[in-house]
Amino acid sequence: MDAILLQILNGMDKGSAYALIALGLTLIFGTLGVVNFAHGALFLIGAFCAVTFSKILSLSHVVIDESQKDFLGNPLKVEVPYIYDMFGQATGDVIIDWAVPLSLLFTVPVMIAIGFAMERGLIKHFYKRPHADQILVTFGLAIVLAEIVKYFYGANPIPTPAPSAFAGSFDFGAMLGFDPNTIIYPYWRLVYFAFAAVIIGGVFAFLQFTTFGMVVRAGMADRETVGLLGINIDKRFTIMFGIAAAVAGVAGAMYAPINSPNYNMGMDFLVLSFVVVVVGGMGSLPGAVLAGFLLGILESFASMSVVLETLPGINQIIIYLVAIIILLTRPRGLMGRKGVMED
Amino acid sequence: MSFSKLTRRGLIKTGAVASAGLALPTYLRADGHSGFTNAPQGDTVTLGFNVPQSGPYADEGADELRAFELAVEHLNGEGDGGMMQTFSSKVLEGNGIMGKKVNFVTGDTQTKSDAARASAKSMIEKDGAVMISGGSSSGVAVAVQALCQEAGVIFMAGLTHANDTTGKDKRANGFRHFFNSYMSGAALAPILSNEYGADRKAYHLTADYNWGYTTEEAVRSSTEALGWETVNAVKTPLTQTDFSAYIAPVLQSGADVLVLNHYGGNMVNSLTNAVQFGLRDKEVNGKKFEIVVPLYSELMARGAGQNIKGILGSQNWDWKLENELGSRYAGTNAFVQSFGTKYGFPPSQAAHTCYVQTLLYADAVTRAGSFNPCAVVEALAGFEFDGLGNGPTLYRADDHQCFKDVVVVRGKETPENEYDLVEIVEVTPAEQVTYAPDHPQFAGGSLGTCNAGA
Repeated sequence: MDAILLQILNGMDKGSAYALIALGLTLIFGTLGVVNFAHGALFLIGAFCAVTFSKILSLSHVVIDESQKDFLGNPLKVEVPYIYDMFGQATGDVIIDWAVPLSLLFTVPVMIAIGFAMERGLIKHFYKRPHADQILVTFGLAIVLAEIVKYFYGANPIPTPAPSAFAGSFDFGAMLGFDPNTIIYPYWRLVYFAFAAVIIGGVFAFLQFTTFGMVVRAGMADRETVGLLGINIDKRFTIMFGIAAAVAGVAGAMYAPINSPNYNMGMDFLVLSFVVVVVGGMGSLPGAVLAGFLLGILESFASMSVVLETLPGINQIIIYLVAIIILLTRPRGLMGRKGVMED
Repeated sequence: MSFSKLTRRGLIKTGAVASAGLALPTYLRADGHSGFTNAPQGDTVTLGFNVPQSGPYADEGADELRAFELAVEHLNGEGDGGMMQTFSSKVLEGNGIMGKKVNFVTGDTQTKSDAARASAKSMIEKDGAVMISGGSSSGVAVAVQALCQEAGVIFMAGLTHANDTTGKDKRANGFRHFFNSYMSGAALAPILSNEYGADRKAYHLTADYNWGYTTEEAVRSSTEALGWETVNAVKTPLTQTDFSAYIAPVLQSGADVLVLNHYGGNMVNSLTNAVQFGLRDKEVNGKKFEIVVPLYSELMARGAGQNIKGILGSQNWDWKLENELGSRYAGTNAFVQSFGTKYGFPPSQAAHTCYVQTLLYADAVTRAGSFNPCAVVEALAGFEFDGLGNGPTLYRADDHQCFKDVVVVRGKETPENEYDLVEIVEVTPAEQVTYAPDHPQFAGGSLGTCNAGA
């Protein structure tokens, strides 16, 4: 029982990341009809926004310390962050420690700007082109963006720790009456899960309860009719692209402490997120979220050693296996709508 | 008197032969023949440095390339000479190799065996490289070593740690200076036993490829021989980035030590996840939970950040060796001085092994008096040397593996700067990590005979 609870918990944070990326993907597909293979790169850029913000906060000037020597025996060059000069060392350390959550203030505008630039500069030219063209151009864009990140940040993962207040893990086992240490879960992953829930809830509320959201939903259902009513639906869809980029970006920024960002992390999530979208149903927002969590949890279960002993290698194919089964039994995915990608 | 007439058939035949001749690799053409592949012509010799310039180990590849450039500079008499001043063999004079100026070409392995073979092949066939060196993966090393054997050039391996490189996949034309999985296990086990006790239960997470298997086998057999029990060993996909599903069950297994047989991004992520799960703060079986990383890398340690603190592992070399352990490791400071002055930071162990391999090749050619691979093999096999940073070292003739001291390190608790990430715990003498050539972990395969190629 404790092992099952543990794997459900494990699947939640990964499912959160899948759901957040898939939500943006399906939002773009539902509004603009574009299959955006560069969406994983937006998650990557979000993570590197957190890295960049941490580096900005740690920008330093050099002070020569004659009392210490460097590895060549020269006087040691000590780097003193400018933030120490501005706020003092104690406050400066606290600000640097909270760099990842604070980076959201930087990530959101940057990602919205990147989303607008991507949509206006490239993707809008492919609206009326076949899906194969869209996939090719956005996949190419994803590779270019990853290589740009590698050029500036290198190929090694860059440690981007969570605030020290969230170091360590919570013992659910002890709380639920199991033996101590049997069900432990890192605090930051709990934060990530809660954060994902808030973002997903926020996006749904925005679409459900605002006039803007109502128009977007109407546009998703019948773009032409909404246009005939004199509403500039293209402008709203562009804004939705920016919002989807921001959702992927903040998902990446908050994920940075879970796995040190590297230039390839977008690709790691992209393919799986596409499977999530297809399993959830193309264009279905609740489907993307449901499938994200479902596949995240299934992937965790498949990694249990007892499962691997019975079915070696199942952990690497479980998601695709489930996708095949669901698509065979429910060709439109779990919550797919009739008519989407069926022309 | 008769005149040969130019017929259509004759023209086609002649054309076909000429085309075939032009299409031949340089080392099979007549002008390349001197009894061996790519015999240097004129007053230059070309070396091929095959390193990962893209992909996950690109940073390690960049450091290898820096070391190769430095070695070439020193061989050509530029710079301060680096380890040539401390090398026990004194035949290198800074006038290239046997008076021929050293040029080099580079290839990108991408850390993929097929790409690495293709770039090595190109350097041999198109650029006329007489020796190939570099790399940051055992899969690549084994693949390129086999290619060099077929082509008749020398392969001086870069960073490759799997037993198989000088075990079942060894080749007469291939030489490895870097240590291997067996040596890591043999060096680490006594220290693990001293530090954590002989009554421990270990849980292994192992990267699902050749290097992972040999490292797990080496560490398991060495620790079990000292009384440890292995409670579980789980293979993890090489492409895995989030290891939480594998780490969460560790505490439930009753294990009190987690051994991460991972390298590169795998190591950074699995260690980060293990620390996030608070494993190092737990007590199991009345003992503090510990994590071990058998193969350390400074670049990976930098990627793991704070999480590397207190973690034990092993290295081939460390830039602080001579400062901390004295003149036995002579050459270290000379190399650090040259490298640090040129690039502004200390060299990694990948850089060190590549630099040393280049000097060793040049030295072997000079002692042999020939670039002929078979002469070089003869000069290197069984060669004993010193002054290249690792202490007295033997290039064993049986398997072309270097035997030298192994450095056991621990992630430093209070680093003084971004390069001061590990502290040297102990250096395990070469005798303790030496094994018989027919040891079961190295069984199968044979060196065969050297191939001089054309």
